[in-house]
Amino acid sequence: MTADRSDLDRLRAALDAASRGREPERRGETLRVAAENFRALQESRDPVRPTPATRPLGIWQGARTMLKTLTTRGGLTATTALVACGLLFVTPMGQDLWRRGPAEITERSAGNTAMPQDEAAGRQTNDAPTIAAVPPEVDGGAMSEPKLAAESMALAPSPVPGNIGIAAGSMADSVALPAPDTETFANADENPLRITAENPVSTFSIDVDTASWAVVRNSLMQGYLPPREAVRVEEMINYFPYDYPAPEAGGAPFRPTVSVVQTPWNPDTRLVHIALQGQMPEIAARPDLNLVFLIDTSGSMEDPAKLPLLKQSFRLMLDQLRPEDQVSIVTYAGSAGEVLPPTPASDRSAILKALANLSAGGSTNGQGGLQQAYDTAARMSESGEVTRVILATDGDFNVGLSDPQALTDYIAEQRDSGTYLSVLGFGRGNLDDATMQALAQNGNGTAAYIDTLSEAQKVLVDQLTGALFPIADDVKVQIEFNPAVVAEYRLIGYETRALNREDFNNDRVDAGELGAGLSVTAIYEITPVGSPARLSDPLRYAAPEPVAEDTELGFLKLRWKAPGADTSQLMETPIPASQTDGQTDGQPGDDALFAIAIAGFGQLLRGSDWTGDWGYAQAIDLAAAHRGTDPFGYRTEAVQLMRLAQSLSSN
Amino acid sequence: MRMTTSDEDLARAAAAGDAAAFSTLLERHYDRLFALCFRLTGVRAEAEDLTQDICLALPAKLAGFRGNARLTTWLYRVAVNAAHDRRRRHATHRRASEGWGDWELARQSEIAEGREAMDWLTRAMRRLPADLRDTLALVFDDLTHAEAAQVLGISEGTVSWRISEARKHLRALHTEEPST
Repeated sequence: MTADRSDLDRLRAALDAASRGREPERRGETLRVAAENFRALQESRDPVRPTPATRPLGIWQGARTMLKTLTTRGGLTATTALVACGLLFVTPMGQDLWRRGPAEITERSAGNTAMPQDEAAGRQTNDAPTIAAVPPEVDGGAMSEPKLAAESMALAPSPVPGNIGIAAGSMADSVALPAPDTETFANADENPLRITAENPVSTFSIDVDTASWAVVRNSLMQGYLPPREAVRVEEMINYFPYDYPAPEAGGAPFRPTVSVVQTPWNPDTRLVHIALQGQMPEIAARPDLNLVFLIDTSGSMEDPAKLPLLKQSFRLMLDQLRPEDQVSIVTYAGSAGEVLPPTPASDRSAILKALANLSAGGSTNGQGGLQQAYDTAARMSESGEVTRVILATDGDFNVGLSDPQALTDYIAEQRDSGTYLSVLGFGRGNLDDATMQALAQNGNGTAAYIDTLSEAQKVLVDQLTGALFPIADDVKVQIEFNPAVVAEYRLIGYETRALNREDFNNDRVDAGELGAGLSVTAIYEITPVGSPARLSDPLRYAAPEPVAEDTELGFLKLRWKAPGADTSQLMETPIPASQTDGQTDGQPGDDALFAIAIAGFGQLLRGSDWTGDWGYAQAIDLAAAHRGTDPFGYRTEAVQLMRLAQSLSSN
Repeated sequence: MRMTTSDEDLARAAAAGDAAAFSTLLERHYDRLFALCFRLTGVRAEAEDLTQDICLALPAKLAGFRGNARLTTWLYRVAVNAAHDRRRRHATHRRASEGWGDWELARQSEIAEGREAMDWLTRAMRRLPADLRDTLALVFDDLTHAEAAQVLGISEGTVSWRISEARKHLRALHTEEPST
């Protein structure tokens, strides 16, 4: 184990060694030109020097001299910057300001106070070996693309996810000043503990976004614990595919499974694990797809982890489409434009060429782009087809958006036209997670964050069907807990998805969509009546207990709409109080227990009070023990990330 | 005789118009300045350009030198600021350059050049954010934390914090490559 000190010593020694052996010509040239500059400056300055040269100038005299010198010299070598520097420096308070002009000071301080998130640290590459199988496309229009693809593939076989070392290879410039961090995240305070006697009903919308997990991973790979507001526990849990019991054909589009298990971080409470497994419709019978790629080509997208990765990601996805599917590309930067009219997916070369020609530049007119994309989508849609706008952006909307509410309202309006909106986030630094969430939630879509090609593979290839084909719209979950059995409860995660109790039956209230074959998990921590973990004392003068059967722990109600339908359907099922120990319908509890480990991990990252002494080590053990078959290696990666978080948090 | 004159006296003489004093001063500090610039940029060619930028601007800048600060402190501040300006110009230029294609070609050639030199040092330097790099560049020159703080115009505590941050970055680099 190398000690800290020797890291610094090693860097120092390496720098010293590398800086030796300079070229004498360059040194001589620099010294000579500098001397010339000196003479030229003296000549221009001599006539106006008012005091004997040997005496240091007083502060104000110096300032006056400087001003005079500059005015007479006019446009010679002086710049306004020099005026500013000179004046600032000679005032007693100016010592610090000397470093830079006032405008720059604000910029700097913004960068300093922001999360230590170094844009220049580059993107991580934790491509799974499967990526290496992607054939590099070569076509006339894409001169630079194949090279980029080759580059990434060369990086792919790294056994360690997110090897930062190789990330340096994809960095454009090591010397660029990291832009001030302007990331914003959507989150809310942790759900509070509810007392069942007072608030027996809990209502929320499902959330199948996965963006938070990818952001957490990206942060950890860069060597930082993620900012707490970036951690949305339900998105971390729902990132992983689970093999919950599938619904029977012909019934509801999904099947709920409830299990009650011992809370790992508190021996006196229980966790109620609620899983919804969506059905996987026959792939062959899927409707034709109309996809509008709405691509942010503003200047901020030029980072290698943004537009170039986006292009590669869409190329992967193109292989999943059928000849009958239609693709269109709309870009937006300062102005919005349709760069590819609706084109059958069979015309690969036209699509690839349009993709390759995209380049970044200008500011971001997100609103104009969305309007154009929805217009295009409206032209493409025919009955029986699924139309979806896929917005790819770093979320940095800085032009044309005077009112964020107006934008989300616009999207909500378009949602009723039947067009879905998915948001793919790229890059870090000015990732506007809050806007992305708002757009996707209002647009009946999902938000995913793509930081590596392997994540693109997961989102756009492995789970494309789920991402593109909804099987149930506006899925809402409501649980009524039985106060005779449950004293207190709290919902872990879903803070940004909370619904009012009355929203459950109101079909006009929007909620999350469930994609084909996807699953959703929600976990409640409950305190049974009589448990020593109960935090609130029972009321002495409470109303007499209602007629409650203590054989039921609670009552689960689900509402959803068939895709495109206006009215919802209801599914109800009681949760038996006897159901325990993670055994549900004879299924082993690996999936549930792994989800719980991730829930614990998310709470640790959020700095939650609820986990007590239970720490990363226990979370790692729990997750590692319940990885299951893990065919794609996601869970193994998660365990590695948890170990990384453990190391980072102990610093 | 002149070689024993203090930096500060030389600087004052140079500010007063003594060309020989200016040359001596530059001669005396060029190597140390270059070493600093190298640590600031981590790239030899960049460091040479940066050193040149600083030297050429120095005659005009010397007018701002007050005798009561140590010349090296002042000079380092000039250097760190110049490095900042350069990074910013670089970033702006890159943004303004025509189209993604040109930029990508340039990037690819940079990668090709850099691959051989992609040793631990390069990766470590790239890994470090600019502010941490600046701080280390100064501390490695045997400046005390207080002096580095003065040069950077930040508090001493911030210097110490940045150094510990830099350690974390380097440690993370270890975690990723257990072999080193």
